[in-house]
Amino acid sequence: MKYALLIYSQTTAEEYAGFVAAARQAAGNAGPVEGPWLDYTRAAREAGVLVGAEQLTHSETATSVRVGNGDRVITDGPFMETKEHLLGFYLVDVDDLDAALDWAHRMPARPGQTVEVRAALSGLPWQRALTE
Amino acid sequence: MAAGTDGIAGTTRLERAFREEWGTVVGTLARRLGDLQAAEDAAAEAFAAAAAAWARDGVPPNPGGWLTVTAWRKAVDAHRAGGARAASVDPQVLGQVNAAPADELAEPAMAETLGDDRLGLIFACCHPALAEEVRVALTLRFVAGLTTREIAAAFVVPEATLAQRLVRAKRKIRESGIRFTVPPQRRLAERLRSVRAVVYLVFNEGFASGGGELIRRDLCEEAIWLGRLLARLFPDDAETAGLLALMLLHQSRAAARVSADGRPVPLAEQDRSLWDAALVSEGVAVLDMALTRHSPGPYQFQAAIAALHGTAGSFESTDWAQIALLYGALARLDPSPVVEVNRAVAVGMADGGPAGLAVLAPVLAAGTLDQYGPLHAAHGFLLEKAGHPERARAAWARATESAGNSAVRDELLRRHGLFFI
Repeated sequence: MKYALLIYSQTTAEEYAGFVAAARQAAGNAGPVEGPWLDYTRAAREAGVLVGAEQLTHSETATSVRVGNGDRVITDGPFMETKEHLLGFYLVDVDDLDAALDWAHRMPARPGQTVEVRAALSGLPWQRALTE
Repeated sequence: MAAGTDGIAGTTRLERAFREEWGTVVGTLARRLGDLQAAEDAAAEAFAAAAAAWARDGVPPNPGGWLTVTAWRKAVDAHRAGGARAASVDPQVLGQVNAAPADELAEPAMAETLGDDRLGLIFACCHPALAEEVRVALTLRFVAGLTTREIAAAFVVPEATLAQRLVRAKRKIRESGIRFTVPPQRRLAERLRSVRAVVYLVFNEGFASGGGELIRRDLCEEAIWLGRLLARLFPDDAETAGLLALMLLHQSRAAARVSADGRPVPLAEQDRSLWDAALVSEGVAVLDMALTRHSPGPYQFQAAIAALHGTAGSFESTDWAQIALLYGALARLDPSPVVEVNRAVAVGMADGGPAGLAVLAPVLAAGTLDQYGPLHAAHGFLLEKAGHPERARAAWARATESAGNSAVRDELLRRHGLFFI
């Protein structure tokens, strides 16, 4: 079963920009790159469960498109204004909810962050287009 | 109910089969179908068929096997007929069996370990991914076999609300990938803790109702039934035995806990001749077995306290020093101001009022239990013992005041169980 592990955080856009800059700098350094998220991602890949993962820009930079009757309305900002922002996700393929919860638990998320675990639906007609 | 005529005997055996087999049949079907709704529908049809067939032909030698085979056939039929019900089951599961007669497929499965299917069902119903009140409702419905109406009545919610809650829970189990299996060893302790907590919540719900409505008191019986089942399925688990012992010992005092006019009677004033001696000795025996495992836990400590009460000749001659030590051990394992209130009373009985007041002082100062009647009752009791009748009267007055706030008290009873009355 596929599960999305959705990482939510109260990090503000400014804080987040700082973290991202520091992470990029570390990645650009000479020598072996280390880091808990790197280890986690490697472990998931080596276990054969990793389908995909992305880290997103802060929700402050989001643009929303509301679909209307033939027209569209573009607004600055996320669909919902909340204190918790979706900042990234992993997509894993594991046997059951317990295994997905274990992978969520293993994440090196910081205190205060929350990982929402959502099972993906399967057996739907549109999904054929993913592999055609 | 005595089984008099054949007809009544048939009904009684059907009721017994229902109680004993419902969880097994639902568990077997749920594991094989991966869907609780389809399992419930098929099991309900099989039990309805049994009511008709057994009244006519008598109860078969293996009622559980009969019910499982019949339920499996009903599930296969429902799938063949198509429709909404079939859609919830993975077509691969039933698709493979369409070519073969249903009973050929069902027979070998039945011969397998039936207990395992019921266990898997219990773990799914008590999965920590489900809200606590949902775990309780699922367990009562699918493991204990209570009807939706009975559960709704016991928890004083509209039947439609509870039914909707169960529908949502069944969908979550199916769609989120909660399996009807026993968790692997490394997760077993955590998951078993959740199962025990659900059973104890059911018990306390019934216990907190005191002399209330019959349906809520029945929850104690249901919880004990579940506790016995768990203890059979996990014979080596000390805390599971501790939980069963605790419930048996609490239940032994049921007849004495409520006065003729329906008011709760505190432990000190209970007529001990009304206590159920058989339940006391069973509880003590179960606890003794648990203690030989040398794996202490909160349920065993609470059961040990209940056992000391259960075997004491009177309130005064109770081994209060030992009870105070046990409350201390419990507080270290599972700190709670409610435990401290009880420890204060025990210390007061063992070492005198001032010693008990010293234990109670931080709880009173913290103020978190201000609305909790038993805190002020304990305070009054200890003040009186320490020779302060004036101040004791003030505390009693607060206790009476807070007693009106039964919601707070009921909630605390549900959360922490009942020690002191």
